[in-house]
Amino acid sequence: MAHNPARPLSPHLSIYKWGPHMLVSILHRATGTALAIGGGVIFAWWLTAAAMSPAAYNIFYHWVVQADPASLHASTQRLANILAKIVGVGLTWSFFQHMASGIRHFVLDTGAGYELKTNRLGSILTLAFSIVATILFWAVIAGKY
Amino acid sequence: MAEFSLPKNSKIKSRGQSYKSTSEGKNKRTFKVYRYDPDSGENPRYDRYELDLDQTGPMVLDALIKIKNEVDPTLTFRRSCREGICGSCAMNMDGKNGLACTTSIEDCKGGELQITPLPHQEVVKDLVPDLTHFYAQYASIKPWLQTATPAPAGKERLQSPEDREKLDGLYECILCACCSTSCPSYWWNSDRFLGPAILLQAYRWLADSRDEMTGERLDELEDPFRLYRCHTIMNCANTCPKGLNPAKAIAEIKKMQVERAV
Repeated sequence: MAHNPARPLSPHLSIYKWGPHMLVSILHRATGTALAIGGGVIFAWWLTAAAMSPAAYNIFYHWVVQADPASLHASTQRLANILAKIVGVGLTWSFFQHMASGIRHFVLDTGAGYELKTNRLGSILTLAFSIVATILFWAVIAGKY
Repeated sequence: MAEFSLPKNSKIKSRGQSYKSTSEGKNKRTFKVYRYDPDSGENPRYDRYELDLDQTGPMVLDALIKIKNEVDPTLTFRRSCREGICGSCAMNMDGKNGLACTTSIEDCKGGELQITPLPHQEVVKDLVPDLTHFYAQYASIKPWLQTATPAPAGKERLQSPEDREKLDGLYECILCACCSTSCPSYWWNSDRFLGPAILLQAYRWLADSRDEMTGERLDELEDPFRLYRCHTIMNCANTCPKGLNPAKAIAEIKKMQVERAV
């Protein structure tokens, strides 16, 4: 391309009007990244801790799930627990959103669901599903424990 | 790598000139228009033009022509047919790409109606983008009938009405570039990704029963960028002023690639 650096680039992301289809598309990437990095690190920690020793598992448990009142770091741990809960809710939502969006992409790959209204409805449904599923999931967890 | 912010020379100074309407009328609206003058060496800016809508035609193009004729003759934009068939007046209005001649002012909500050139393009002047690369990409897909067999003697290559119907929703494309320049994948990778308009055109020849180079055409498209940068974001189909569906055409090409491989 005969690129002319003297010419300005017209505005794009900053002016374009968003629709649900565009939001769901970028969320698929964002949630995928969150699951791979966030989920990967916490899951690896949990698995390693469980495989190592009860002491190693306790460290994981106190920092992520419930602070140890006897510990010197009890207050820091309590903060970490709150943070872990937020990350946990975020990761569950990411999981459900990524899954619903993945199924939507699977349907699109068959050549179906491209009519504007159907497509818009599909993208809104992935959001509705992920939010409802996350609430239900944590309601069950909170009810049981 | 995607560059999300505008380069230094492209940042828009928000306050340019403001032109107030002198009309007594009550039905007024301000048009906030992207301006870039290559001779001044200055960054782009937004100029504001207030118009009396009762004295303006219904379409955005009517407003632009009125501004150019009566308020500011330096305003530069492309236009020709004023009935949605030439594709010249493609631009971004109220955050959405479309043809200025078929977009009604009434349908653009909100106060100020913001008008910018087609997104993520090099600007020649004001609302005129440089579409050289877009046209070169179009040429690259060889948009003409290619055959290997000799033409039948004394008549044209025939096509059944059913086969002709397969070109409906494809042949209507006017190459206005609204879809390609609405596509985030095209924004970040236009150097290698062909974009929705060109891929819809590519499918128009793949779907033509008379064309005999289907395999070669598919070979050319079988590429991580040229075809597969489409992530079905769907901005193309949502913005097409002719109501076509490039995303669906691209899905059909992807299906053809799979079908010939299995």
